[in-house]
Amino acid sequence: MTAPRKQRMAIVGFIVAGSAVAIGLVLFALSEGINVFYTPTEVAQGAVPTGQNFRIGGMVKTGSLRTGELEGTLVEFLTTDCAIDIPVSFTGVLPDLFREGQGVVADGYIDSNGVFQASQILAKHDENYMSAESVAAMEASGATCDP
Amino acid sequence: MWQWFFKLSSPKWFYTISGQLMPWLATLTTLLLGVGLVWGLAFTPPDYQMGENYRIAYIHVPSAAIAMGCYYMMACMAAAFLIWRIKMADMIAKACAPVGMTFTALALFTGSVWGIPTWGTWWIWDARLTSTLIMLFLFIGVMALRSAYDSEAAGAKATAVLTLVGVVNVPIITYSVKWWNTLHQGASSLSLSNTAANPPQIWVPAFFVGFGLLGFYLIAIILRTRNEILMRERRTEWVDEILSASKSKGQGLS
Repeated sequence: MTAPRKQRMAIVGFIVAGSAVAIGLVLFALSEGINVFYTPTEVAQGAVPTGQNFRIGGMVKTGSLRTGELEGTLVEFLTTDCAIDIPVSFTGVLPDLFREGQGVVADGYIDSNGVFQASQILAKHDENYMSAESVAAMEASGATCDP
Repeated sequence: MWQWFFKLSSPKWFYTISGQLMPWLATLTTLLLGVGLVWGLAFTPPDYQMGENYRIAYIHVPSAAIAMGCYYMMACMAAAFLIWRIKMADMIAKACAPVGMTFTALALFTGSVWGIPTWGTWWIWDARLTSTLIMLFLFIGVMALRSAYDSEAAGAKATAVLTLVGVVNVPIITYSVKWWNTLHQGASSLSLSNTAANPPQIWVPAFFVGFGLLGFYLIAIILRTRNEILMRERRTEWVDEILSASKSKGQGLS
């Protein structure tokens, strides 16, 4: 390879590596802000100042869901990451995918009683696509808490 | 291998070979898309939770993958153009931008349509969605930058540099769901068993659609590159011959 080509190759390498380092540093500095939600454990460790609006994400604890009689009325459940449970209270319409044992992301704040008052509830789908038969087969082998 | 690589850098050779390849590629693409879409949309079992609406993944996932692959291809072509001054590489890079933009827009649109019934929102500023939106803007920016130059050579050089600066965004898209908490789900690990998550009966048709869309992508790139070759080489003898031959036959170019 001739010298000018080698030089140009070095320049191309420098452009890619340089921008990767620059963007990497920015993302590293912002990494807390890039997370779209905090886990219950992070909240319990005091990662979020009290009274501040934020999103919490975890699983809807099986057996914890209490809903009002009409759709759009008060809903209460525990969000968990298998270590810490945080109670969530919400009034409104839930997404179709919302159910116990499934991922949830709630937007709101923690009130003085330690209850997360949600103004929006989003369902988080996992990366597993299954037919009804596969689910029946897997349930026979026992489900686990795996957020 | 190197000889083939340098042959490919000849516009005339590329034009001839791609013309011969096109009917085969078009047939294969039609077959793959036909089989994959009918299989995926009509014959795979519904998801145990999302029901029928997960089928949009048969378009969403392949278009996102191709959009990202397109950016990598555009970046390789930009590097080849900057290092070896291969004009063919710049022509292919120029063809990549609008096609990649379209696939990115398709991935974002199908994702939003899917997000409304499943997540309960069509948009959230999580790392996966935001980095994909940045890729859309990069494709648009690359096209805008090129068209802002009067000189073809200067525009090609500036565009190549911008393309290379933006390439770091593509691995960020890939790993966004691992590095940060996102609403978007992570990558599915495919299973070989029909009694596990992500069984072959669900992902095999997705691969048919994926390779079909890949064929469609290649056809779009080749057609655009061929047009670009004719435009840039219009003063050469071989293009003149092709044009006069197709005029006398009264047919399109072959």
